[in-house]
Amino acid sequence: MRFFARYAELAGCTSSAVNVETPATVADVIARVREVFPGTQALPPRPLAALNQRQVKLEASVTDGDEVALLPPLSGG
Amino acid sequence: MMMHLTRHPLDVNDLLATVQSAERGGTCVFLGTVRNDGDVTGIDYSAYEAMAVAEIERILSDAQAQWPEARVMLQHRLGVIPAGEASIAIAAAAPHRDEAFASCRYVIEEVKQRLPIWKKELRGDGSANWVGADDHR
Repeated sequence: MRFFARYAELAGCTSSAVNVETPATVADVIARVREVFPGTQALPPRPLAALNQRQVKLEASVTDGDEVALLPPLSGG
Repeated sequence: MMMHLTRHPLDVNDLLATVQSAERGGTCVFLGTVRNDGDVTGIDYSAYEAMAVAEIERILSDAQAQWPEARVMLQHRLGVIPAGEASIAIAAAAPHRDEAFASCRYVIEEVKQRLPIWKKELRGDGSANWVGADDHR
């Protein structure tokens, strides 16, 4: 699990391992994150997410060892 | 090989050297510069670096597919960038100006949509705030 920018401040860390029962989706991982990191309850209901370095829908399936990242609104450039 | 992300000031000449050639008669450069909006003294840029590099390569590859004769390169600077200095530089060279302008414009617009990079504005009074507040809703 990776957190960036404001979301890292909310989570209190930039990376962590999170356990969920499979089969699971990115949304399931985020639900678990909200339990483990209380600060992330302030996240929007459907935050932007990436799975293994690509943006994905929250319905995407995850498997053991995947890297899920929560992305605050992008503001590059 | 030019790095797409750097923590050093951007050098346009280095960027140009990666795209220009005798057969490309039109070259276009875009620079994004940190504005001194209000009392902003600088912006602290952070990134999901591995994904940002992968995404930049995908954007450049998409541009190459659309404008096969153009060459486009970009560098994004990270860390604290003082107002007045560039945070991003894009150079596009093509046989003719239309492809150079179009591919350069395409790349900056895709960067805005796709790069996992975040800005924290730093102000003269010592305060700071994340840009892109719609996550507060």
